[in-house]
Amino acid sequence: MSLDPDVIASEETPYLFASKRSRLLVGRRGVVASSISTLVILGIIIAVLFAAPGGATFRYYFFDPHSMWVSWVGNPKLGIEAIRSGLLTNIWMFLVSEVLVLFIGLALAWTRMSHSPVLLPFRILVTAYTDIFRGIPLLLVVFIVGYGLPSLQFGFVSKLSLATYGVIALTLTYSAYVAEVFRAGILSVPNGQLLAARSLGLTHASTMRRVTLPQAIRTVIPPLLNDFISLQKDTALVSTLGAVEATRAAQIFESTNFNGSGLVVASLFFLALTIPMTRFTDRLMARDRARRLAVAS
Amino acid sequence: MSDVVLELDAVVKRFGENVVLRGISLQLHRHEVVCLIGASGSGKSTLLRCANLLETIDDGTITLFGQSLMDPRIDPDLVRRHVGMVFQSFNLFPHLSVLDNVMLGPVRAQKRKGPEVREEALSLLARIGLRDRADEYPDRLSGGQQQRVAIVRSLAMRPSLLLLDEVTSALDPTLVGEVLDLLTDLARHGTTMLIATHEMNFAKDVAHQVVYLDKGVLVEKGTPEEMFSNPKHESTRNFLERVR
Repeated sequence: MSLDPDVIASEETPYLFASKRSRLLVGRRGVVASSISTLVILGIIIAVLFAAPGGATFRYYFFDPHSMWVSWVGNPKLGIEAIRSGLLTNIWMFLVSEVLVLFIGLALAWTRMSHSPVLLPFRILVTAYTDIFRGIPLLLVVFIVGYGLPSLQFGFVSKLSLATYGVIALTLTYSAYVAEVFRAGILSVPNGQLLAARSLGLTHASTMRRVTLPQAIRTVIPPLLNDFISLQKDTALVSTLGAVEATRAAQIFESTNFNGSGLVVASLFFLALTIPMTRFTDRLMARDRARRLAVAS
Repeated sequence: MSDVVLELDAVVKRFGENVVLRGISLQLHRHEVVCLIGASGSGKSTLLRCANLLETIDDGTITLFGQSLMDPRIDPDLVRRHVGMVFQSFNLFPHLSVLDNVMLGPVRAQKRKGPEVREEALSLLARIGLRDRADEYPDRLSGGQQQRVAIVRSLAMRPSLLLLDEVTSALDPTLVGEVLDLLTDLARHGTTMLIATHEMNFAKDVAHQVVYLDKGVLVEKGTPEEMFSNPKHESTRNFLERVR
């Protein structure tokens, strides 16, 4: 049973140089190649905007500087709602929702992962809650809360502002998402950590508080921020209730002036709010990855 | 005998179909060091975990300080406050400094006062030569240093019994010595220990009793002299032959 010696130790001298074509994309040539491809793509987009038969109409409809400015500052005399004041409603809604979601999501995750027999009915409730609210489209939750609670005619609960109903709907849905994010984070803590903590005689609750959660929160921050970015955008859905936030203001401007530039203005400001957060999240994720690699080696 | 710390009587542990411990009986006296030897998968780790209730057993009894752990009134957290455990993979808490790792148990589980515990933790760290590293985080330490901190973390609980689960198996060979030296020192000072180990020379040195496990069966036990120079059973001889 002997192996072919030619197979084990090849006599051939391997050729180690890259092919000519792939060398075009290396080093400074790579920079040139990437600049050219960027310019070409940009050129195509601009060409389409200008060359399309409806190009001029399109540019006027969405990018008319005067309309953009008027929709942004509003005009009380003509009954034009300002996008800038609508945007404040969006900011208020997502800030309040995010704080609520953080606490409620954590409480839900904690309850779901507790071992106490007393909490069993709550564990079942929480499981049902996350299943339900992760499954129903947010738009429907907005409708159900926004039309449902007022129709209850139940004291102050039925007399809240439309934006407040929006906050309630956003909080209901996003708490379910964030609870799952927290749960995944808690489950990602290595079992050895729990064994070590329990071996020190820490109770389940102390282990959670002193050992599991502090480690889970670190892994949870990037996905949490991702959910918050979605939440910020989803405040636009509250416009369907008639709450005058940025999207609604842009829509009003469009239907009264027959010009959609306000929609672009609103989009730009949503971008201005979310892009810093997206970049920040990416940086955190990169840092976390680097740290993990350092520990693994 | 009043100085029996831990007693296992016909302990059986199953994981589903897999029987991991098949009727193990064992006694551990105060100030005694018992080493468990045997191949991986022989049940050493499981036996240790059963002794501090990280696992529950399926048959037999475990008695700790004269109290049956099978009694439903037993509080597992109280058991673990008196039984220290050190793991193969150290399991230091990466988000806490070395000092906070050592202080966590005494302060949060035993509810002892912070300043007093801090003093004691620092002197324990001084004993292993790591007092000046007290404020650093575990990832700055070598494996051997981490494992010594893990041992000290258990000692800070003033345990009546220390369980050690292959504590040198994850270490670089050059770092094994410092950890074994610490354990030898503890043994000299009368710490009661149940040690699962692959380090035969260490077992020969410190153990009062050596126990050989094979596939969940306690094959043979005896003094290191008996076990290492004159093993009675074929499988013990084979095992010692292979690890030598």
